[in-house]
Amino acid sequence: MNIFGGAWEYIVDPGNWSGSTGIGARILEHLWYSFLAVALSAVVAVPIGLIIGHLRKGDVVVVGLVNALRSLPTLGLLTFLVLLLGLGLIPPILALVILGIPPVLAGTYAGVANVDRTVVDAARAMGMTEWQVLTRVEAPNALPLMLGGLRNATLQIIATATVAAYVNLGGLGRYIFDGLALRQYDRVLVGALLVTILALVVDGLLALAVWASVPGTGRLRRNPSAEQIAERAS
Amino acid sequence: MRWLIDNFSVVVDLTKTHLYLALVPLLIGLLIAVPVGTAIRGASWLRKITLIVAGIAFTIPSLALFVTIPSVVGLQILDPLNVVIALTIYSTALLIRAVPEALDSVPADVVDSATAMGFTRLRRALTVELPLALPVLVANVRVVAVTNISLVSVGSLIGIGGLGTLFTQGYQRDYPDQILAGIIAIVVLALAFDLLLFLVGRALTPWTRQQKVRRTPLVAGQSAAPAAGEAS
Repeated sequence: MNIFGGAWEYIVDPGNWSGSTGIGARILEHLWYSFLAVALSAVVAVPIGLIIGHLRKGDVVVVGLVNALRSLPTLGLLTFLVLLLGLGLIPPILALVILGIPPVLAGTYAGVANVDRTVVDAARAMGMTEWQVLTRVEAPNALPLMLGGLRNATLQIIATATVAAYVNLGGLGRYIFDGLALRQYDRVLVGALLVTILALVVDGLLALAVWASVPGTGRLRRNPSAEQIAERAS
Repeated sequence: MRWLIDNFSVVVDLTKTHLYLALVPLLIGLLIAVPVGTAIRGASWLRKITLIVAGIAFTIPSLALFVTIPSVVGLQILDPLNVVIALTIYSTALLIRAVPEALDSVPADVVDSATAMGFTRLRRALTVELPLALPVLVANVRVVAVTNISLVSVGSLIGIGGLGTLFTQGYQRDYPDQILAGIIAIVVLALAFDLLLFLVGRALTPWTRQQKVRRTPLVAGQSAAPAAGEAS
């Protein structure tokens, strides 16, 4: 347990937080890579998911694509892309984007395809164009599942951005790989603990966002207070 | 591709290690999650707590878990057991959520019928609920298997075998062909295993197919118009 104490002391020491290689900077780097990768995977996957979900015909394509992409090992992709394209920001971000696409695509597709058929037909019957049906009816109703997909993607990307430090990128993975190279295992734990806390915090915030996105007033319904019951009875 | 062909025996050896590291945790996870998941289904507060704990466990990044376990358990960092323990935690976390969900998918009237016929709880669970929960359970087992096969490769970063070794070696030697061989091997392994589990699931649940075949003529006999409309 001594090694945990060492790691914890390192984390709570304010002197280790400042500077260009301090904990603060590493967390910001980590968040920046993750944000970039999540945003780009959403830019690619959300429109595709919306269109296929709207047409309700691409079930086999989406499932096949998602499964095939999911089985791609990110570490292999990462090292391969770096050897192919050279060091820098682009290869690791590209690998993370490919990691983020399957959950976003699956969530968006499932969200749109599962909107109640009668609701969509009602929108059409009211004279909405296909574009209006998609943007005003299907997309808002699909939001919880879409955000759920984004949440999954974010979680996986934050976890895997740690691996990006293997190819000379910054972020919290630096502590793990530098520690492993120097056999300073308390330093390794610093990285492991920080990235775990970061993942838990971001995931918690996104869970709140998913909850808030549920359309309708269902989530605001609480057990009525005694006063309300009395009011209704009168 | 040439590297893959020239070094096929090496790749086969690594594949064996890889499969072992990926599948042992899956089996342990099933052995834990099926009884525990069945037991906690009745108590909603236990189920909620399990959900939260499993959610947190799954949020821990794999590399972080790989490097933390040696300090917690007291193993050497190069011990393959680290990866097995870490993946067992993930597998159990995923499956312990899936088992109650799978059991929820069993129609309530079937469970009631079993109770009415005098089945004990244990017998009902083993002979009625678990078999009928198989389709949902198998779908989740497939996800865990593919996830494990992909995650084992991260273990190579802390020096533990499997096909991920091809990535770290290929990267250090600046040899993309070797990395490509590793990617192909892992994707093939994951897809093959996914297909295998799908077929096992189908073989274990023959009734899910028979129903569909039987239903169509029945509907056609009862009301010809909608069935004809569907067929066209």
